[in-house]
Amino acid sequence: MIGLEHYLGVAATLFVIGIFGLFLNRKNIIILLMSIELILLSVNINLVAFSSFLGDLTGQVFALFVMTVAAAEAAIGLAILVSFFRNRGSIAVEDVNVMKG
Amino acid sequence: MIQADLNIILPEILLAIYAMLALLAVVYTGKDKMAPMLTWLTAGVFAILAVWIGISGEGENIAFNGMFHDDAFSRFAKVAMLLAGAAVLVMGADYMQRRNMLRFEYPILVALAMVGMMTMVSAGDLMALYMGLELQSLSLYVVATLRRDGVKSTEAGMKYFLLGALSSGLLLYGSSLVYGFAGTTTFAGIVEAVGHGHAPLGLLFGLTFVISGLAFKVSAVPFHMWTPDVYEGAPTPITAFFATAPKLAAMGLFARVLFDAFGGVVGDWQQIIALLSVLSMFLGAVAAIGQTNIKRLMAYSSIAHMGYALMGLAAGTALGVEAMLVYMAIYVTMNVGTFAFILSMEKDGQPVTDIASLNMYSKQSSGRALALLFLMFSLAGVPPFLGFFGKLYVLRAAYEGGLAWLAIAGVVASVIGAFYYLRIVFYMYFGKEGDALDAPRSLVQQVLLMASAAIMLLGIVNFFGVDAAAQAAAAALMPH
Repeated sequence: MIGLEHYLGVAATLFVIGIFGLFLNRKNIIILLMSIELILLSVNINLVAFSSFLGDLTGQVFALFVMTVAAAEAAIGLAILVSFFRNRGSIAVEDVNVMKG
Repeated sequence: MIQADLNIILPEILLAIYAMLALLAVVYTGKDKMAPMLTWLTAGVFAILAVWIGISGEGENIAFNGMFHDDAFSRFAKVAMLLAGAAVLVMGADYMQRRNMLRFEYPILVALAMVGMMTMVSAGDLMALYMGLELQSLSLYVVATLRRDGVKSTEAGMKYFLLGALSSGLLLYGSSLVYGFAGTTTFAGIVEAVGHGHAPLGLLFGLTFVISGLAFKVSAVPFHMWTPDVYEGAPTPITAFFATAPKLAAMGLFARVLFDAFGGVVGDWQQIIALLSVLSMFLGAVAAIGQTNIKRLMAYSSIAHMGYALMGLAAGTALGVEAMLVYMAIYVTMNVGTFAFILSMEKDGQPVTDIASLNMYSKQSSGRALALLFLMFSLAGVPPFLGFFGKLYVLRAAYEGGLAWLAIAGVVASVIGAFYYLRIVFYMYFGKEGDALDAPRSLVQQVLLMASAAIMLLGIVNFFGVDAAAQAAAAALMPH
């Protein structure tokens, strides 16, 4: 029997993969965008699983909002990426280094 | 029912409609030629909304089944944000126009970000919180990249976007856990599910994620990495905007989540906030010492100031929230003045941000040097300027909230931090002879600089009634 814990486990795993993708990836900004998407989708699994478990629709409404915002976020991320590429001619993570933080 | 709800969020709706109509109108007419006019118009709309919200708002109104709260707290934050937004818009217009980067998107995006911020401070539900936060963040990512042909601006936008999206992800993951363990997304429901004393483990887990997400937005250590780069890379008028209204909005949202949703378990989050606060104060104070770029310096300064504001929240009392609000109002005023000065720093028409360019500035323009001295003393918290009373407020709140160690740490950090503010003053009055800066060109920047400096001195008489408003605002946030 697959219960709530299994869904939460999958979501937590995806979330952690997403976080690690952001911090350990040294190659490509596109992969960072994919990691961010992964984080948001893991949240959606969480929300829908809770919603189904609690018998409460709010979680699914929340998930729809998250999906909408994730689409807008990806669009803006790619737009910024394009203008960054035009200036630097590269989308490697190590080239995001004009300013040292 | 719906009519009453819509009446309560009328300011937000009007601002959103204004932004969309302005977008259509400008695209079909003059595009960038209309930008200066549109910037002033948007600032005017902000000012009108601020006056309207400040005067007409009364009592506590709840709309959309608890999703949206219009109370003294949200009104205080909204008035301060709208006024700061209007000031920043008008003081940057001239700077951007001369550098050919005043695009018509700028005022429209700022207006949309403002809608998001107003939703944030009024949020009464995790969904409203998230939507407001994202509307603000997405607009700000684009605004940071406004200078599309600049390497620094696009890099700043990229970094801001990546870390901002990560923080939204953390916040959202926390929200999903809170929803799952509380069974509801409304703050009113969560505060019931949390109960008193100690929160259940699942909720505590969710709360921790939510706090880390919000700490990113207020740039509290250890989630501050984006701040110096974004402040340095973004065009200066936009940096000025980042340093004012969004900080206030994020702080307001922080207070809302902590008190409206988790007000029953102060003991559970008090230590986390105190830790964020002490780390921010010290890192902000120490890391700014080596900076030579004034925009980067202001970034570390804002990190330190967020530490003090968080100290008010960490106290966990009405007095703490009141102190936080007073502190933020003073902080925003100081930053408007300081950035009005930074915007006017030019050499041969080119903007300079090096602190060394201020050498012997007092000889060149004694009035402006004195105004900046007032602001720097106030930022450092030197009596008798207003910044000192802001610090006094939060220190007292922390002390009375049982966090004496935090108050002592705050005093120590403020002494360390005073060094770099005073260094700017030193350069201006006792520095080496160097090339002179250009004479200021913009009257608006001049007026805002002088007004802000004057407030730092005159405000100590009665705070202009801000403390009374903050007290009412803090009372609105406390459980009745």
